[in-house]
Amino acid sequence: MFDDANIIVGLEIGTSKICVVVGEQNADGGVNIIGLGQSRSRGVRKGAIINTEQVEEDLRSAVAEAEQMADVEIRSVYLGVSGGHIRGFNNRGVHPVVSADREISEDDVADVVKNAKAINLPAENMVIHAVRQHFLVDGHDGVTQPVGMLGSRLEVDMHVIHGNANQMQNAIRLVKGTQLEVNEIVFNGMAASLALLTGEQKELGALVIDIGGGTTEYVVHSDGVIRHAGVLAVGGDHVSNDLAYGLKVPLSRAEKLKLEHGSAIVTEAAKGQTLSITNELGLELRRVNVEHLQRIMSLRHEEIFQLIAQELDRAGLTDYLRAGVFLCGGGSRVPGLVPLAENTFQMNVTPGHASAISGLTTALDQPEFAAAIGLVKYGSLRNRQRPTARSLATLGGLTDVFRRILPR
Amino acid sequence: METEQPNSQLEMSATPAVKIFGVGNAGVSLLAALAVPEFAAAHLIAVNTDAPSLAASAAPVKIQLENKLLRGLGTGGDPDRGRALAEEQFSTLKSACEGANIVFILAGLGGGAGSGISPVLAKAAREAGAVVLAFVTLPFDCEGNRREAQAQQSLEHLKAAADGVICLPSQKVFKLIDENTSVCDTFRVIGGLLVEGVRGVWQLLARPGLIQVHFVDVCALVRDRHAENGFAFVEAGGPGRAREVVEKLLAHPLLDEGRVLAESDAVLVSLTSGKDLTMAEVNRVMEQLKRQCGHAQVIMGAAIDAAFTNRLCVTVIAAKQNITPKSAATRTETHGGNISSTSQRDTVVTRGTRTRKAKEKLFQPQLPLAIISKGRFDKSEPTLHNGEDLDIPTFLRRGVPLN
Repeated sequence: MFDDANIIVGLEIGTSKICVVVGEQNADGGVNIIGLGQSRSRGVRKGAIINTEQVEEDLRSAVAEAEQMADVEIRSVYLGVSGGHIRGFNNRGVHPVVSADREISEDDVADVVKNAKAINLPAENMVIHAVRQHFLVDGHDGVTQPVGMLGSRLEVDMHVIHGNANQMQNAIRLVKGTQLEVNEIVFNGMAASLALLTGEQKELGALVIDIGGGTTEYVVHSDGVIRHAGVLAVGGDHVSNDLAYGLKVPLSRAEKLKLEHGSAIVTEAAKGQTLSITNELGLELRRVNVEHLQRIMSLRHEEIFQLIAQELDRAGLTDYLRAGVFLCGGGSRVPGLVPLAENTFQMNVTPGHASAISGLTTALDQPEFAAAIGLVKYGSLRNRQRPTARSLATLGGLTDVFRRILPR
Repeated sequence: METEQPNSQLEMSATPAVKIFGVGNAGVSLLAALAVPEFAAAHLIAVNTDAPSLAASAAPVKIQLENKLLRGLGTGGDPDRGRALAEEQFSTLKSACEGANIVFILAGLGGGAGSGISPVLAKAAREAGAVVLAFVTLPFDCEGNRREAQAQQSLEHLKAAADGVICLPSQKVFKLIDENTSVCDTFRVIGGLLVEGVRGVWQLLARPGLIQVHFVDVCALVRDRHAENGFAFVEAGGPGRAREVVEKLLAHPLLDEGRVLAESDAVLVSLTSGKDLTMAEVNRVMEQLKRQCGHAQVIMGAAIDAAFTNRLCVTVIAAKQNITPKSAATRTETHGGNISSTSQRDTVVTRGTRTRKAKEKLFQPQLPLAIISKGRFDKSEPTLHNGEDLDIPTFLRRGVPLN
């Protein structure tokens, strides 16, 4: 029914849920979301797989659901990865232009990119993405296409996102074990930013925060390129756990209280309010203070934002976020999160939804699917890029097996 | 608090004159265990305020301290009375100590007689020109605060008066007994341990060898080291005896699986075996123990005894420096270090350092951290960020009070 090449599937193995998003790419490169499958994830903690069997089982059911809804057979996926082990940093490669006429050639560009990737990583880590930012020709910043320019020194900035190879291999092997191919692994935070941000917002500068069950990813775009990326291994699970500890209730009850009465800021209405916790027979077991509940949540969320804000301050990026902050992920559903984030970052905060893509509105409106939708978008961009890359190669070879250019 | 004892009077080559005093009810009954041929050379003297106890004792010399105030009823558990009484009859005690080179004092601290009389007796013996080593027990925890406080106070006095104090807290014996052990048996176990200590020291004195552990070594070892002491006696036979002995020692309940050794700063090890004891065995035992002992000063002695052919006995006494200031008498933890040596016979070979005062060892104690449950993240790798564990609830780390 469909040409297989046009079906793009994003798979995210998250701490609280596993979700599969199926997209169909049309002739002009646009993507339409046609299917969605999800299941509760039981074998993941803080973004890391701890029980392969359970994850496999959950994965199968999510894939089956998506296949049914989209009426396609899923063969390959773009796999999203996350976890506290993932880090991003900027690296600069330098290459002297040696040709007699000082004209920068394709080879010079390939060399400088290669130099920028020559980085010292811990032995157990591997590079997930090496995203090219801008070229510098003789120290002049902001050059996007240096071929043909004159100069004596060519430099390039790359943003390198890397993580623990074993942990990512675990996820890849697990997916392969279910007879699915993994096209590529993609950092979840980057995928979420792809789904959320328009080209204009990337140009202006934006911070995307994806608050998941076990991890919170953040990515900064500015001048159309990725400036910074990182993961905090703190998420919604931590909020529930804090509540369970602070209110002395079981974890499942804490989860429920969080959903029903949670707020990221302490509301006026909650002051002095108490809730009764009843057992299955309707008898009151104990009462919890709503103000405490909200204060515990507020502190945790505030801390997450503060840690990210500190990180951006250190990277000197705070002043580049002219489009503001975008929130997504299941954790962003907490009421009051937007004012809290506005307060912490002192800038405009938008609850994100996948505006950069079309298709099922039920899927697009849900912040928790942002990363998976972003994976589909990433796949579509890669698909679209491939012919371009091929034609470039014939022109003179910009091709680099490791190259991960993010088209804007 | 301790004055250096002139040890010229201590003739180590000749058998020194030894007097063993049992003080108080506990001390007197402990004396009974020493009335064996092995200790025939020692003079056993029972000292008590309580006539029935003395009457039951088999000790050849008995001293009853008595005055009209007590009306033959003993001290009634009041150490001040015991002390007053002993000071009143100081000359009697001193004359009883005359002629001895070494005086052992056995007592159970916490009561009236033992706690009150022992320090005075130690002082009297010192004045009579003897080296004084006291073996005392501390009361069980269940005996109450008052007895505990009295015992601690008396121990402080005793440490000031005697050359050395070897102290066994009775509470530690719980590790050696089980649910069904009777009270009598329990006291027998405590007595047995103390007697083992006396015997160990006795061996050092009575069986001089080519190179030996001097009595002053023992005193120096236990002097001023007044924390919990570890005391263990193990025995093994057969071809793998050296290994077995070490295993048993490290599994010994009183040594807390070797932790006591690691924390102590002076350890006395005494090996006893038959003529078939090989250097390799001594080496193996000592090497293993030294590894456990960490920074401790190790004093080692070995004795050969024909009766121990095919067997190897090791006695370990570990002493720990007291960290609390000595003036805080009631709070001070006690226990001396100790002696070792096992059983019968012969040569004592010493190795390792002599009794120079172990120089002040710096020890960094650790405060136990409050354990905060991390709930579902208990078993996962902690999420550390700038030294903070983010898995711990934020409100706890920031100390935000609820309520």
